[in-house]
Amino acid sequence: MVSNKNIGSPVPRKEGRAKVTGAAQYIDDLTLPGMLYGATVRSHVARGRIKAVTFGEGIPWDEFTIVTSRDIPGANYVALILNDQPYLADGVVNHAEEPILLLAHPDRYLLEEARRAVRVEIEPLPAIFTIEDSLAVKEVVWGEDNVFKTFLVEKGNVDEVWAAPDIIIVEGEYRTGAQEQLYIETNGVIATANADEGVTVRGSMQCPYYVHKALVKLFNLPEEKIRVIQTETGGGFGGKEEYPSMLAGHAALLALKSGRPVKMVYDRAEDMAATTKRHPSRTLHRTAVTRDGRLVGIDVDFVVDGGAYATLSSVVLSRGTIHAAGPYNCPNVRIRSRAVATNAPPHGAFRGFGAPQSIFALERHLDKVAAAVGLTPDELRRRNFIRRGDATATGQVIHEDVDLAGLLDRAFELTDYHAKRERFSKENEGARVKRGIGFASFMHGAGFTGSGEKYLQSIVGCEATSDGRLRVLAASTEIGQGTKTIFAQIASDALGIDYERVEVVQPDTSDVPNSGPTVASRTCMIVGKLVESAALKIKETLRGAGLLPGDTYTSEEFARACAEYIKRHGALKTFTQYRQPEGVEWDDEHYRGEAYGAYAWAVYLAEVSVDTLTYEARVVDFVAVQEVGRVIHPVLAAGQIEGGVAQGIGWALYESVVWRDGRMSNGQMTNYIIPTSADIPPIRVHFFENPYEGGPAGAKGIGELPMDGPAPAILNAVEHATGVRVDSVPLTPELLMESLESEAVEA
Amino acid sequence: MKDDVKDTQVHSNSARSGADDKPRDASEDGKLSVRCTVNGEAVTLTAYPLARLLDVLREELRLTGTKEGCGEGECGACSVILDGELVNSCLIPIVQAEGARILTIEGVADGERLHAVQQAMIECGGAQCGICTPGMVLAALNLLKQTPDPSEADIREGLAGNLCRCTGYMKIFDAVVRACGEGMRATG
Amino acid sequence: MRAYLPSYEMVVPRTLEAALVLLRDEPGVWRPFAGGTDLMVLLEAGRLEQRRFFNIRQLSELRGVEESDGHVRIGALTTYTEVRRSELLGRLFPLLGRAARETGGIAIQNRGTVGGNIANASPAADTPPALLVYGAEVELVSAGGTRLVPYADFHTGYKQTVMRPDELIAGVRLPRVAEGARHFYRKVGTRRAQAISKVCFAALAERNARALGEVRIALGSVAPTVLRCHRTEAVLSGRPLDGALMKAALAELAREIVPIDDVRSTARYRTRVAQNLLGEFLSSLS
Repeated sequence: MVSNKNIGSPVPRKEGRAKVTGAAQYIDDLTLPGMLYGATVRSHVARGRIKAVTFGEGIPWDEFTIVTSRDIPGANYVALILNDQPYLADGVVNHAEEPILLLAHPDRYLLEEARRAVRVEIEPLPAIFTIEDSLAVKEVVWGEDNVFKTFLVEKGNVDEVWAAPDIIIVEGEYRTGAQEQLYIETNGVIATANADEGVTVRGSMQCPYYVHKALVKLFNLPEEKIRVIQTETGGGFGGKEEYPSMLAGHAALLALKSGRPVKMVYDRAEDMAATTKRHPSRTLHRTAVTRDGRLVGIDVDFVVDGGAYATLSSVVLSRGTIHAAGPYNCPNVRIRSRAVATNAPPHGAFRGFGAPQSIFALERHLDKVAAAVGLTPDELRRRNFIRRGDATATGQVIHEDVDLAGLLDRAFELTDYHAKRERFSKENEGARVKRGIGFASFMHGAGFTGSGEKYLQSIVGCEATSDGRLRVLAASTEIGQGTKTIFAQIASDALGIDYERVEVVQPDTSDVPNSGPTVASRTCMIVGKLVESAALKIKETLRGAGLLPGDTYTSEEFARACAEYIKRHGALKTFTQYRQPEGVEWDDEHYRGEAYGAYAWAVYLAEVSVDTLTYEARVVDFVAVQEVGRVIHPVLAAGQIEGGVAQGIGWALYESVVWRDGRMSNGQMTNYIIPTSADIPPIRVHFFENPYEGGPAGAKGIGELPMDGPAPAILNAVEHATGVRVDSVPLTPELLMESLESEAVEA
Repeated sequence: MKDDVKDTQVHSNSARSGADDKPRDASEDGKLSVRCTVNGEAVTLTAYPLARLLDVLREELRLTGTKEGCGEGECGACSVILDGELVNSCLIPIVQAEGARILTIEGVADGERLHAVQQAMIECGGAQCGICTPGMVLAALNLLKQTPDPSEADIREGLAGNLCRCTGYMKIFDAVVRACGEGMRATG
Repeated sequence: MRAYLPSYEMVVPRTLEAALVLLRDEPGVWRPFAGGTDLMVLLEAGRLEQRRFFNIRQLSELRGVEESDGHVRIGALTTYTEVRRSELLGRLFPLLGRAARETGGIAIQNRGTVGGNIANASPAADTPPALLVYGAEVELVSAGGTRLVPYADFHTGYKQTVMRPDELIAGVRLPRVAEGARHFYRKVGTRRAQAISKVCFAALAERNARALGEVRIALGSVAPTVLRCHRTEAVLSGRPLDGALMKAALAELAREIVPIDDVRSTARYRTRVAQNLLGEFLSSLS
């Protein structure tokens, strides 16, 4: 029995006060006695052999701690999936900004002088920077064929549909660019290390146990000798999923060699140049549709650029692959996908994790398909929306009531879509500022893909104290999204105690169990469910001991029960481990089955204006309608959606990583453009609530969902405004100008 | 580079100014003393003349609520109010803080009592990861001081120098509007 | 912070005269430091090559907006915020307030100065195109005296100016503009606020019933310096405005500007948008 006092209510966020007063301590706000500062010397070329490293004159080098790959006590790789990425280059470099050696010194200004004084001579080798060159194996830069991973999803037999009578075949090619996460707090850690106590790292991160696992290998130490503590984290969005394992290792290597604490906090330029970004992608679509608008064949070739090392590319590819055919019921689907290597710094996790890329392609493509069969974009989708009992591309039968048409109706109602669509079409002819309206419908799976959660086996603990407070023990991090608040809501309602009596413990691997990484829209739905179970176990334990009066009790009665239990038995602590629900099957080899425990469903709608003098497209109104199961915290949930939409608007229109020979050449906030308060339209968020039995109080995941819809909705709207198809993001004014002009030439 | 390094050592050792008007209180190592008022308290700071106000606040005074987001005046995370004006503390050399009255996030609340803007930021969900929040609170304070009843356009313009990557700004706008409604306490 | 701070010096002259003596005695050694919105960015990136500075913010002689016969003088240390708030400038030179409002965010406007913007000599600066169309003169002071340089002649190449190493920008002087002239300004930046311009267009035109009078056009971000477009102006000034003239002017503008591809935009975009903005400006005159 779970009460409903706090869930659904906008309780104050746990760490809100500390954040608005400046009291919250982020990693750069901490100093340890005797601490040194660390810096990284990096490759200036994209691929080559290291010939020599020389230390320039004028620097008191004997005062410096210097670490190279030879100082690594354990394995020189960042333990993740394929373990191919070295902590420090050993002989060769495979991307610009690859770490080569590390320096530490107490004077951070002198440290920078020293970093500049290290000369690394590298004999360049041919490098490749595009998906096309990688696929064509212009150079072999990774493995035998540059391919990190391939997937094949097959449903029905798509090869048989092309020759069928009375079908229309529509093809398209879609591209998306790299995107920088641009959390406002850069990556940073402080490490201490010595032979006796092992290694401790504090820092800004999403996944303490990823860092833990990596340090175990790097230092070849037993697990209990590695301790990882998350400090207040100033945004992540995926950008602090895998990279902190690298940075933590660097700081810890310097700490071990120097015997002193070492702080490494990247400045913005280094963070942008060296850390991960969203994978660029290219998607080819070939679709068979009947004349009355039924999708009968979807064939997708989806490729992402993984950069120089495998890192997380295989799982990014997996999520992108599974979402590539969207929330549509189509009998024949084939999705072929590849993650390929280039000599860019490794691309990595970023909100949506491959899905925004493949959904962008599909939702742009469906507008093209609609035009080809003479239907409106909404009518085409209505005829193909997935419904209860239908199967997704992986053959996952949807058992819940899914009502995409209802979401679409609501989005249209909120925006007066049909009237605007018609009016803009009439008024745009000859207008200096043209207007357009467009939408995208999509789904996003919550939790790890396929058998991922089964392998993770996440654990959450709850500990009641003798004063009747509850400590939630989980490695899931608060990175701005509200983990601490929603866990406290879930636990307090499970136990029927006051929200204020629940403390969600700061993740520290010496104190909390491994509840898995804070990624993949899993924190609320998967880990939150474990929090709920662990809290309920506390209640069962107290009731089993005859200490609770009944199903309802006051917080004071609960406290007395806890005190009595602890007096009798010592501690009151429970743990719950994830178990895959019955009947959930996933075939890793054929990529078939229940890809996710649950999906959030959504329709996003954008209204744009395009200034024909400057070719600037602006979003002037945005509506996000979604079904996410039960909403745990209405303000935080809406905040997640609004923030994701803003990042989606950035990806669609502004955020262009300008590459030169595999290096980001606009790696400053001045030149990498994210939206300001003046650029974001009103974002109107509406939730449909349809409780999901597998989630805490019926909640599903929402973190990544809002990244999926904005880009295709906006480009669909721009096409409506201008009549010109642009199938890549970011749609900069420069690209729109070129597209309009080439259209004019063709006409 | 080699020469550069030698050159800097000469400078740092000699602390010569070459000018009639030597920096006040120049010390042996080239640092100087700057007197100013921070959150109502008179302080004397010792730093290299071009040291950023941001670093001096954080390192000398341990006022770490002022954050560095970009170091180039682009993100506003380091915003403070200096002599009544919103500034980016990463762009202020400490020399230019001589005699200034500075308000940082630590000086915004009245003891335990939060300022209306802070309270509204919590209630409206204007703070997510919190790293832009101190600067955002100060920008909002500054806005409401200049424009006590701001329009939506005023709010958008007043906060445009403070980048937030989490919220999409909607909840921050809500907070500013709510703080207005709550009535603003006069601030320094 | 990538700079080696101990290698930088900053002195604080108490008077303008003391500052000028410093410049006279060691020309080229000392550089003025005003709002810091450009220099501190270079410092942070470890790219501030000059090592010795003198603070000028305290020199109140260099501050403020005043009117005297025939012209308005804006002190070099006048901030964008002060420009925005100046009723006098708003009335007589409205493009300056427009430009100031579009420069950075509020915090930048509170520190950045008109003189600093000129001295920094960025071709992408927001206010200089407006100064160019207003026929501004730059007031340069040195221990030897004061000289006035037409702003149109001030920038000689990318980040190059006619300033001598012993000189300081004291302010700019703006001659009165004929009443009834049309003022036009449009900054096209990378976003709607806190942006560097990709094209910045300022123009001023007088006209009578039959023809255009004097036309002045200046652009930012389309050449190594901010650019007064004399050749395009010559096509237009004194002629009756019709479709053919407009077409000729647009063609001349494309020949006169020399934009480049960079991290913010492309030469093709800059040319086309500059033409479109000129077209828009001319359309607004007819």
